[in-house]
Amino acid sequence: MGDNARRSGLFAAVLGAALLGAFAAQAAGTLTIGMTAGDLPVTTGNPDQGFEGYRFVGYNLYDSLVLWDLSKSDKASDIKPGLATSWQIDEGDSKRWIFKLRHDVKWHDGCDFTADDVLWNMRYSADDKAPEFNPAQFAQARPYLGTYAGVEKIDDYTVAFKTKVPDSLFPYEISYVMMISPCRAKEVKYDWTQYALHPSGTGPYKFDKTVPHQRLELVPNADYWDKARVPKQDRLVLVPMPEASTRTAALLSGEVDWIEAPSPDAIDRLKSASMQIVTNVYPHNWSYQLNFVKGPFTDKRVRQAANYALNRTEMKELLNGLMLEEYATVPPSTPYYGHPVVYNYDPDKAKALLKEANCVPCKMTFAISTSGSGQMQPLPMNELVKSQMDAVGFDVTLDSMDWNALLKLTREGVDEHPDVNAINVSRQTQDPFNALIRHVWTSAWAPKGSNWGHFSNPEIDKTIAEMNEEAVLIFVAHDVNPRALSPKVHGFVQAQSWFQDLTPVSVTP
Amino acid sequence: MIFYILRRILYAIPIAFGVSVVCFSLVYIAPGDPLQTVMPPDATAETIEIVKHAYGFDKPIPIQYLIWLGHVLTGNFGMSISTRRPVILEVTDALANTSLLALFAVPLSFSIGYAMGAIAGCFPGRWLDRLVTGTAVVGVSLPNYWLGIVLVVFFAVQLALLPATGMGPSGSTNFHILEWSCAKYLVLPVFTLAMIPIGILARTTRAAVAEVRSQDFVQTLRAKGLSEWAVIRHVLKNSLPQVMAVMGLQFGYLLGGSILVETVFTWPGSGFLLSKAIINRDVPVLQGTILTLSLIFVATNLVVDLLQSLVDPRIRRA
Repeated sequence: MGDNARRSGLFAAVLGAALLGAFAAQAAGTLTIGMTAGDLPVTTGNPDQGFEGYRFVGYNLYDSLVLWDLSKSDKASDIKPGLATSWQIDEGDSKRWIFKLRHDVKWHDGCDFTADDVLWNMRYSADDKAPEFNPAQFAQARPYLGTYAGVEKIDDYTVAFKTKVPDSLFPYEISYVMMISPCRAKEVKYDWTQYALHPSGTGPYKFDKTVPHQRLELVPNADYWDKARVPKQDRLVLVPMPEASTRTAALLSGEVDWIEAPSPDAIDRLKSASMQIVTNVYPHNWSYQLNFVKGPFTDKRVRQAANYALNRTEMKELLNGLMLEEYATVPPSTPYYGHPVVYNYDPDKAKALLKEANCVPCKMTFAISTSGSGQMQPLPMNELVKSQMDAVGFDVTLDSMDWNALLKLTREGVDEHPDVNAINVSRQTQDPFNALIRHVWTSAWAPKGSNWGHFSNPEIDKTIAEMNEEAVLIFVAHDVNPRALSPKVHGFVQAQSWFQDLTPVSVTP
Repeated sequence: MIFYILRRILYAIPIAFGVSVVCFSLVYIAPGDPLQTVMPPDATAETIEIVKHAYGFDKPIPIQYLIWLGHVLTGNFGMSISTRRPVILEVTDALANTSLLALFAVPLSFSIGYAMGAIAGCFPGRWLDRLVTGTAVVGVSLPNYWLGIVLVVFFAVQLALLPATGMGPSGSTNFHILEWSCAKYLVLPVFTLAMIPIGILARTTRAAVAEVRSQDFVQTLRAKGLSEWAVIRHVLKNSLPQVMAVMGLQFGYLLGGSILVETVFTWPGSGFLLSKAIINRDVPVLQGTILTLSLIFVATNLVVDLLQSLVDPRIRRA
């Protein structure tokens, strides 16, 4: 339907819809996915809609200089070369990273990928004075560019990134920054609304068409530089379906081949219809960040008591088995899990610690959300935490709000909300910075970063084990990323990551 | 008559203005942040400041309102924060999709609801009346999102007769109403959406008809020897203005789109758009949608008033 028909009014729009022809039957080997997102992720570089946007749109249309190896399910995913083939710290300057770029890579629009494109993309993401600057891209990429100080071209296939401080984790951070085609951006005269409708990257999938809010259709990029990752389907269709029951019904009725996060109580029904339920541990944690400025959690014994009070096996039963008991910020399969202090369920010890801390009943307020990205089943899970904590002498009040309001409270930090004792915001822990440092680093005190409750300990960065001993979080659950696939779907390997590789997947028509 | 119409259109201006002020304030009273969708949870205060400035949210709220109002008066509703598409496109697309549902739900619910109410009103207290009233109460009381899910489970999952969700095999772009492959996507949402208006109209019509039947002129008609059918015709005509007022409200409700029904069926209409805009605090979309919907309500009321005065000239003289 033409835009003119839409603009000229409601009646014309309805008529226009009625006059258009029917869509031909779906091609063979089409993979249709029902996402949990409420809307289609944006296609102008770094996507929105949380890591689901990165999983299905970001790393499919685009590449970053550094990619994630998603080919194995039995070990934690790590980074691998992407648009850069290698990287190393400048031997003469510890605040300078040299990246060698891949030769013979073409954008979907046919232009060549070179060092100038990397410089352009960094201005697009980070330089608010540049004509190509896009505030939406800046907002999405900024959290990963905390130490970024600039980039320069050494030759057509070599660039040097400067960092504010020596940053050994920089390759991890840059893996989240998507590279988009400057050629296409110039073609559409930096009109990002138009760019979103004609995106061009270097990724394994090319944009084919979209109906805003309803579906995004991608097709394989047969010229992809990594021949092993040329998609094995004919077409990939992404459909936003925020309602869990709607996703389940859509899979059962054959409208989609794959759904993200089926609700735990639908698993048995899906299995009885021969659907494949795939799960795997991944770097996710469902925990509480605590108030270190005011209230009972300033006392380490109270924090430890809260951790001892939780019966995580019971939580697993509540979720029909769809979780892993959480005892540290990262799951045990992570290379840097180490040997943390583990708070096994011990109600007597919890009671004793509370008594010792002279906090009985230990009154507190938790800020929780009714739904949200990575929040699993927040209401029943929080109710169970409250009942388990109340049983050992806490008196927990759950202050529930919508996801947007909780995010605002989280960003503002503890100073604005001194009477909130803990916040329940799930976090990704995919790389060492996000997993270990951001929750406890004094420089990351909100509103400057993710350390909501203003924890501070000069000694803390030394060992992970020590962090757990301090009981910085109340550890509850690691999600296992359940998804349900139609029996027609073959070849999917679920990586231990927030991101997944869809290219090896085929669909029997 | 022309003056009457002009006067009514002038009345609509302060109403629209009031709606826009209330809507603007409500968005800012509610906790949350309009830039949440474009910002990840870890955004720092410094990032937020730069983005706020880029989107114009760093200005005082009354100034933001005036800027917005100035743009709206020139027909520019701004850009959606989350999708960066023009709000006017977002709203017209969604309204077109919702009006497809309304196109079928309105005649379905109005004819069934009116017929049920008229029958019940003509035979008050009889078994037919009790049956109709009982059905109407059930129709009004059933939560329609629950009804929608039950219908999906039965017709889409168990029987595989109708599709569960969405708007056709390729979305709204290629929706062809005369093709069964597309039209079948309408069946469940239209039926679910029609349930409440059927119940409300049946009850209103029943009450209106029963009230007119008890008036003196009906006795006079009978005394003059008119057949019962002729009497019923007069009764129905006299009850029409009251029924039409309720039909107008229900028409507005159906055109406004139901957030719950459209979410259950992932129908990309104005209710779905509104719910997404609320969740994301997408202020420009929220403002544009609410203002458009309220103007539709005002226009519908105007049309109903005019129709009423055509049916019943006494209203125009009053």
